[in-house]
Amino acid sequence: TNWKKGLLKTSSELFTLTYGALVTQLCKDYENDEDVNKQLDKMGYNIGVRLIEDFLARSNVGRCHDFRETADVIAKVAFKMYLGITPSITNWSPAGDEFSLILENNPLVDFVELPDNHSSLIYSNLLCGVLRGALEMVQMAVEAKFVQDTLKGDGVTEIRMRFIRRIEDNLPAGEE
Amino acid sequence: MADEALFLLLHNEMVSGVYKSAEQGEVENGRCITKLENMGFRVGQGLIERINTVLLLVNLFRFTKDTARFKDELDIMKFICKDFWTTVFKKQIDNLRTNHQGIYVLQDNKFRLLTQMSAGKQYLEHASKYLAFTCGLIRGGLSNLGIKSIVTAEVSSMPACKFQVMIQKL
Repeated sequence: TNWKKGLLKTSSELFTLTYGALVTQLCKDYENDEDVNKQLDKMGYNIGVRLIEDFLARSNVGRCHDFRETADVIAKVAFKMYLGITPSITNWSPAGDEFSLILENNPLVDFVELPDNHSSLIYSNLLCGVLRGALEMVQMAVEAKFVQDTLKGDGVTEIRMRFIRRIEDNLPAGEE
Repeated sequence: MADEALFLLLHNEMVSGVYKSAEQGEVENGRCITKLENMGFRVGQGLIERINTVLLLVNLFRFTKDTARFKDELDIMKFICKDFWTTVFKKQIDNLRTNHQGIYVLQDNKFRLLTQMSAGKQYLEHASKYLAFTCGLIRGGLSNLGIKSIVTAEVSSMPACKFQVMIQKL
């Protein structure tokens, strides 16, 4: 029945609603936006280092041979699986070590408006931490950051991904 | 379900985060529990808003007269136990008891937020941290359904737990 399908969609909004409550609470706990951004990144990292196991178990993707393959897996498999969207991949650097993920709409920000006094808040910064933590577990040190954000009036949301280096040592994941 | 994994990890990280910052100065465990419960409350309200929107659209489609969706308080509690719980935790409450005087006990024999935790007795003490958000969730959901309540929870043996709802008569 259709209305049951509606309820199931609501269950996927559980994550975005919970995320919204978290950001609201962090804005109360921390004096400035920079600290909130850092905390979201840290929490995202801790989630990412565990999420990768879930992802590898569910998706059955093999080892990626290069950063281009990694980009495809992130956009077409991971984002689709966890957030129900498929960002597009653009703006590759000539060296092939940087690319952008373009999110036409970001499910995390449905029904969200940034209040006036939080102009430096990177609302979805958890995602950057998740990407960083997850990729670290597959031996890639990367940097992820938002360069465009629809919440700030940009037309799209853009995450810039930069490959830093391969991680050779199998150090256990630290908690941040 | 993949999105459930994401929610579970987020919830665990929220519990850790709240207690981590407590070590650096905050004194009571109670304050942490309150923070988690308040976050759950907001989410519970939000979920009912969404569910209401869905059902409203369905009713418009069917041209039914939605005079009163719920007959009474018990009807609302059954909704929480079935549709609401399934929306959030992909299963129903296993057992609902009431004294018919405003107290309800909702038993979940395999509570999703506890199944990842070991069953050892030493973890029972920490289990309450993992129930606070959900207590708020129930309280927030009921609030948007017009019911004011106090919700507490206890774990007798992992991963089963009971949520006690006390309806506040205004």
